[in-house]
Amino acid sequence: MDTLLQQLINGLTLGAVYALVALGYTMVYGIIGLINFAHGEVVMIGTMVAFTVIVSLASSGMSPLLILGVGLLVSVVVCMVLGWALERVAYRPLRHAPRLTPLITAIGMSIVLQNVAMIIWGRNYITFPPMINKQIYEIGGASFTNVQVAIVSLAALVMLGLIYLVHRTRIGMAMRATAQNPHVASLMGVDINRVIAMAFIIGSALGAVAGCMVGSYYEIAHYQMGFMLGLKAFTAAVLGGIGNLAGAMAGGLLLGLIEALGAGYIGDLTGDFLGSHYQDIFAFIVLIIVLMFRPSGLFGERTGDRA
Amino acid sequence: MNQVPLLLEAHEVAKHFGGVKALHDVSLTIRRGEIYGLIGPNGAGKTTFFNCLTGLYKNESGHFIFDGVKLEADAPHKAAAVGIARTFQNIRLFGNMTAIENVMVGRHLRTHAGVFGAITRNPTTRAEEAAIARRAEELLHYVGIHERAHDYAKHLSYGDQRRLEIARALATEPKLLALDEPAAGMNGTETEALRVLVEGICRDGVTVLLIEHDVKLVMGLCGRVAVLDYGEKICEDVPVVVQKDPRVIEAYLGGSVA
Amino acid sequence: MNGRIRSSVSVSWQRHWLGLLLLAVVLLAVPFVAALGGQAWVRIANFAILYMFLALGLNIVVGYAGLLDLGYVAFYAVGAYTYALLASPHFGIHLPFWVILPLGAGLACVFGVLLGAPTLKLRGDYLAIVTLGFGEIVRIFMNNLNAPINVTNGAQGITLIDPIRIGDFSFAQTSTFLGVTLSGPQKYYFLLVALALLVIVVNIRLQDSRIGRAWQAIREDEVAAKACGINTRNIKLLAFAMGASFGGIAGGIFSAMQGFVSPESFSLMESITILAMVVLGGMGHIPGVILGAVLLTGLPEALRYGIEPLQRALFGRMIIDPESLRMLVFGLALVLVMRFRPAGLWPSSQRRRELAESAD
Repeated sequence: MDTLLQQLINGLTLGAVYALVALGYTMVYGIIGLINFAHGEVVMIGTMVAFTVIVSLASSGMSPLLILGVGLLVSVVVCMVLGWALERVAYRPLRHAPRLTPLITAIGMSIVLQNVAMIIWGRNYITFPPMINKQIYEIGGASFTNVQVAIVSLAALVMLGLIYLVHRTRIGMAMRATAQNPHVASLMGVDINRVIAMAFIIGSALGAVAGCMVGSYYEIAHYQMGFMLGLKAFTAAVLGGIGNLAGAMAGGLLLGLIEALGAGYIGDLTGDFLGSHYQDIFAFIVLIIVLMFRPSGLFGERTGDRA
Repeated sequence: MNQVPLLLEAHEVAKHFGGVKALHDVSLTIRRGEIYGLIGPNGAGKTTFFNCLTGLYKNESGHFIFDGVKLEADAPHKAAAVGIARTFQNIRLFGNMTAIENVMVGRHLRTHAGVFGAITRNPTTRAEEAAIARRAEELLHYVGIHERAHDYAKHLSYGDQRRLEIARALATEPKLLALDEPAAGMNGTETEALRVLVEGICRDGVTVLLIEHDVKLVMGLCGRVAVLDYGEKICEDVPVVVQKDPRVIEAYLGGSVA
Repeated sequence: MNGRIRSSVSVSWQRHWLGLLLLAVVLLAVPFVAALGGQAWVRIANFAILYMFLALGLNIVVGYAGLLDLGYVAFYAVGAYTYALLASPHFGIHLPFWVILPLGAGLACVFGVLLGAPTLKLRGDYLAIVTLGFGEIVRIFMNNLNAPINVTNGAQGITLIDPIRIGDFSFAQTSTFLGVTLSGPQKYYFLLVALALLVIVVNIRLQDSRIGRAWQAIREDEVAAKACGINTRNIKLLAFAMGASFGGIAGGIFSAMQGFVSPESFSLMESITILAMVVLGGMGHIPGVILGAVLLTGLPEALRYGIEPLQRALFGRMIIDPESLRMLVFGLALVLVMRFRPAGLWPSSQRRRELAESAD
């Protein structure tokens, strides 16, 4: 019982992070139908930038919370610029190219970003300085920390903000219209280029927030961390129905829970044949099963198939 | 050989899209060797009927009996296999393949060479390839575009593309050739040439189902005509009778039928 | 394909026989010239050809059938591990290569069908992700199937794999015939060239066949292809399974040639590299794919040997880790080629036209 609760708590934390990253994938895919492979790398850069800011401010005498906040802010800004630049430089010129072309470009950008990060931050794991005094709470035999509480509540807050943005603002309306039908949207006076750029910028900002969360949760970072994280978040987006914002959130949470529970119980389920180091396969197995039986994800897809 | 006189029977075929009834219990029969017209205003459900018949859509209720056998065509390639070939309203050719290659693809169904044959190029495969190419050339001649055989399909003129699509459909050796608005976008001369072609096809033993907007063409060409309106068949008879039917005139707002 | 094209092929044969002769001489000379710089260079040449083989196998899937497979390396791994497990002291089994290579190809094919059958109806991007996921699953299993039963020996991999051996003739040793001394890598070179020629013939012949036309038709317009009576799922599955089999064979050769396999050789990066060879060179165009394979195997090696001296000459010391610079250049090359030559470096004339027209 206590393990179950513990895994649920861990899964919720992980799921919140996946959900934020998945939103970045789903927004871009929903609007231009591109799997932005480099998004995981944007998240990684977010973590790394936050790390650098925090480390360099650590001895400045500022309050730890303020430092954390500055780190988050800088990281968000850097990622927004990065996301914008990615779209502008790499993807926009290829907007009318065959489908495979931008995908290969995305893979190329992902390799470039990874190696730039390696040149800047080195090939070793870097340790995140703990800025918050970690407090451990116990509930029903399971424990959780104030970091986890912060992660889940910040994620919830950011997602609420996004929902507001998409449903209550002009740019949000333009984004929804473009996702429905870019051609008609442009006839109605929507500036498609701006909408697409916004999708990248907002997605990258969410990614940066997620990156800071990952950093402070695991307290380590590595230049290759973006790959697996990105892949899983993409899985989450597909799970929820790609192009669907609420779906990405739900898919992220679900995937986090599945992974945590799977890792916790796989030994029991397989008679200790498979251990918890198989954690990473759950995402893919879930993905394959979902696509086999519900190709448009658990919560459906935006209407209209542009494939 | 004991042939049933009816080639196709549609029994109360129905299809919905969400809450919209695109087809409402449509029944009709097509006789062997005739040219059967299916007309109706825009959105009347003609193409939907076509898509159900050719396995592109799955109808919710009702069924088709084709050549005496109930059609289990849940996939387009199965419909093609039993002998229903079609063209598309908005021409769907393989644009980056040459005209003759397009027709050769149509022979896929009636030929057999697999990977092994392709790699070894054994005598059987070579003979089959030659036969495919020969038949494709014949069909290009038949529809009258043989001099464009080695041009890319997308470079053909509009009328020639329509003809190529027909040649490709004929390559599958259909019993029923279903043409979805073949005269759309054609000028008077082209339409007349098409009429001659379709008549020839029918004379050569292929039954034709024709969806058409060009009422004049349908009336001149078809033995019998059915009219769809809002997914329902409102009339089915010889052209002269259909033309005078008040429901048909009303469906067309009295305008274009006359 | 058709008369016109076939005759143009025979014309080009006559016109280019001199070129072909030259090519044959070059192919014969490569292992001896490369050996002057050390056997390491022969090995690099061997890898270039092995990748060429892999890329042409993947070309059937991506270039012909238009299916985006991001987990191709999984089939390569299946072939490699099949060979490693059945011809090494790990299990004490030492089957001959002519049993294991077909077995590895068959097994890879089975995996291909198992993965492809449920997923090939999906849209292209989804297929990409599913195959990518499958590649990762295979790698994770290889990494961890060392306990409780030691199947793959985990991250350490399997060592002492038997070389390819015909009777007493081993591909791993140096031997002399007719006065010519051939080292192990040089022998593998000729084996690989033979296999590469085989896969080139397969590619060419498939392209001009009933199946090849069906693939192209599906790539052009799947709905129309179905209406022409093509069972698109089966025909796609065929491409997928064939590509997988070639991957399996390449894996077996890799195992035998290296004498060692570990999960590290089968990372996603490997899949991406092979795909990049196909796309950079010119999808579906055999000379383009070959060019892509040679460039992408050669470029990193050239960078490896070029970057270090260059940096020392410029800055007097190493500023940037050469490995990451190498990958950086690779990534940039992908981006730039897609930007300025979206049809690849050497596309077929047809593909070039396609792109020119879809651009407007």
